[in-house]
Amino acid sequence: MATDKPRARTGKGLGFGWLLSGSCLALVFLVMVSAGLGYIRITMADVARAIFSLVSPDSMVSEEIRAVIVDVRLPRILASVLVGAGLAVSGAVFQGILLNPLSDPYTLGISAGAAFGAAVAIVLAPGFSQVSIPLSAFAGASATLFVVIFLAGSGREGRGGLSSSNLILSGIMVSAILAAGISFLKYLADEQVSVIVFWLMGSFTSAAWSHALVLLSVIVPGFVVFFYYARDLNLMTFGERSAGTLGVDTGKITVILLVTASFITAVCVSVSGIIGFVGLLVPHMVRLMAGPDNRKLLPLSLVLGGVLLLAADTVTRAVLPSEIPIGVLTALIGGPVFCYLFKRSHMTKGG
Amino acid sequence: MAFTVENLSFAYGAAPVVSGLSFTLEPGLFYGLLGPNGCGKTTLLDLLVRYRKPAQGQIRLCDKPLERYSNRDQARTVALVAQNPEIHFPYRVKDLVMMGRHPYIGRFSSPTVQDLNAVNQAMDLADVTGFAHVPVTELSGGERQRVMFARALAQDTPVLLLDEATSNLDIRHSLSLLDSVRAGVAEQGKTVISVFHDINLAALFCDRLLLMSRGKLHSQGTVEDVLNAETIREVYAVEVLVQDEPFSGSKQVFYRRDGLDPEKEALRP
Repeated sequence: MATDKPRARTGKGLGFGWLLSGSCLALVFLVMVSAGLGYIRITMADVARAIFSLVSPDSMVSEEIRAVIVDVRLPRILASVLVGAGLAVSGAVFQGILLNPLSDPYTLGISAGAAFGAAVAIVLAPGFSQVSIPLSAFAGASATLFVVIFLAGSGREGRGGLSSSNLILSGIMVSAILAAGISFLKYLADEQVSVIVFWLMGSFTSAAWSHALVLLSVIVPGFVVFFYYARDLNLMTFGERSAGTLGVDTGKITVILLVTASFITAVCVSVSGIIGFVGLLVPHMVRLMAGPDNRKLLPLSLVLGGVLLLAADTVTRAVLPSEIPIGVLTALIGGPVFCYLFKRSHMTKGG
Repeated sequence: MAFTVENLSFAYGAAPVVSGLSFTLEPGLFYGLLGPNGCGKTTLLDLLVRYRKPAQGQIRLCDKPLERYSNRDQARTVALVAQNPEIHFPYRVKDLVMMGRHPYIGRFSSPTVQDLNAVNQAMDLADVTGFAHVPVTELSGGERQRVMFARALAQDTPVLLLDEATSNLDIRHSLSLLDSVRAGVAEQGKTVISVFHDINLAALFCDRLLLMSRGKLHSQGTVEDVLNAETIREVYAVEVLVQDEPFSGSKQVFYRRDGLDPEKEALRP
C-alpha cells in the first residue's frame, strides 16, 4: 500500500554538501600532516610557513625546512593526491560505462599497456631516464586503448556504440597478451629486471614537480568533461537502448568518456607505475555513502581518491620502518576489502 | 500519422529479421503487435526508436523523417518500456523515474514543479509511490518493471512503445497499467504500440492489431477483423477457438492441449 506521507526522506548518511566539504577539509589536513612527517619531523606551523613561502618569498622559515617541504615532500604529496584522484574518478566513469560496479581502469587493459610500454623503455634504454619511461608507458596505454576499442567496436549495428561486455572481453584478451609480453621482457632484461619489477609495483619515490603539473593539466580538464556528462552517464547505466530513448547520444558519449578516462589512467600510471584497487574501492565506498548518482559520485571520488592514496603513500614513506612499494600496499589492503564487498554484493542480490 | 513505415528492412548479418514492412499508425489508437518468438517484433521497436538503423526503407514519426529528429526531440516524442530492464546500480525509485524527465531538463538545471508533478503522477499510476525512496536493486522483477513503466510515463510522450511491458506483472497491475495507458489514448490522443504474447489481453485493450510472421506483416486491422482461428493458425501454427466472450465483452482465444498444428510445424524453417 502506498503510504500517504511519502516525501519523508529515509535519508541515510549526510548530505552531499557536508560530505564534499568534509572530504576537502580532510584532504587539506592530511596534506599538512603528511608534509610534516618523515625523516625530519616538521611542525604544522613550519609546514604552513613553507607552503606560504611559495606565494610570498620573504616568509620566516629556514632554507633547509623550505627545501625539504617544497622540493622533496610536496611534489610527492601532490603526485599521490592527483594519481589517487585520477584513478578513482576514472574508475567511477569506467564502472558507469561498462555497466559493472566491480570494474575499474585495469579491466580494460590500460594498465597492462602502460606497464608493457614502460618495460620496453627499461629494456631498450637501460640507462633509464625520467622521460623515456613515462612517455613509453603512455604510448603503451594509448595503443592498448585503441586496440581494445577496435576489437570491441566491430560488430555493432545501430548507432555505433561499444557494448560493455565486448569491451571487458577485449580488455581481458589484450591484457593476457601484454602480460606474456612483459614476462618475455623480464626474461630479456637481465640486471634491469629489478627496475621493471619495481615499476610494476608502483611508487612515488621519484615524483617531481613536473609530474604533478602534468597530472594536474590532464585531470582538471578531464574532470570537467566527466562532470559535464554526469547526468547522461547516470542514464547510460540502464543500457544503451534505454538511454538512447531518453535522448542520450550513447555512442558519442561512450567514446568521449572512455577516451578521457583512459587518458587520465594512462597519465597516472605513467607517473606512478601500477597502483591497483584505488579506482575500484573509492567509487564503491562513495556509492555506499552518497548513492550512485554520478553528479555526486564523481566529485566525491576525486577528493577521496586523493585522500586515500596520500594516506597510503604517507604510511609507506613515513610510518613504516622501511618503504614498501605503494602498489603492494594498496593491493594488500584493498584486495581483501574488495573481496568482502564483492561477496557481500552478491549475497544481498540473493545469489 | 504517428508512424509511417515504408518498405522497412533490417538484417543481422545475412539473415533478414524484418523485410519489406509497410504500415501507418494513426494517432489516438492503441496498437497491439503480435507474433511468435523471433518474428522481429523487438527489432521493429528498436528500428522505431533508432536503436538500430534500417538496411532499407523509411520511417516517419509524426510526419517527419525519423533521422531528422535530434536525440532530445525524439525522446520528447517516443518513449519505450523495454523487455528486460538493465539495472546495475542502486538508484532510488524516485530518482530513476525522474530520469524520464531528462529530455525536458537542461544540463545543469534542477527539475521544475512540472517535472516533479509528472514524476509523482507516473509513480501513482504505476503504484510505485510506496517505495519511492527504496533502491531499485532491492525490488522484485515485477516491481522493477513497474518502475521502468513509471519512468516512461513520466517522459510524457505522444507515442509510447511497450515491449511486453506487462509480462512480469500480476494481473491486477497489468490491468491497471494498461487501463491508464488506454485512458491516455482515449483522452489525450496518444498512440500506443504494445508487443503482447497474451492475445486475450491484447484483444481487451487494443483498437488495432498488427500480426507479424517471420519478419513480415501478416495482417492488420481491428480485433474484430484480424482475430480469428485461421489467422492464429497461420501465424502461430496452433489450433484455437476464437469466440465473442460475454464476461470480457471482447473476442477471446481458447487453447487446448493437443492444439499444435503438425503440418504447419513441419513447414517451419
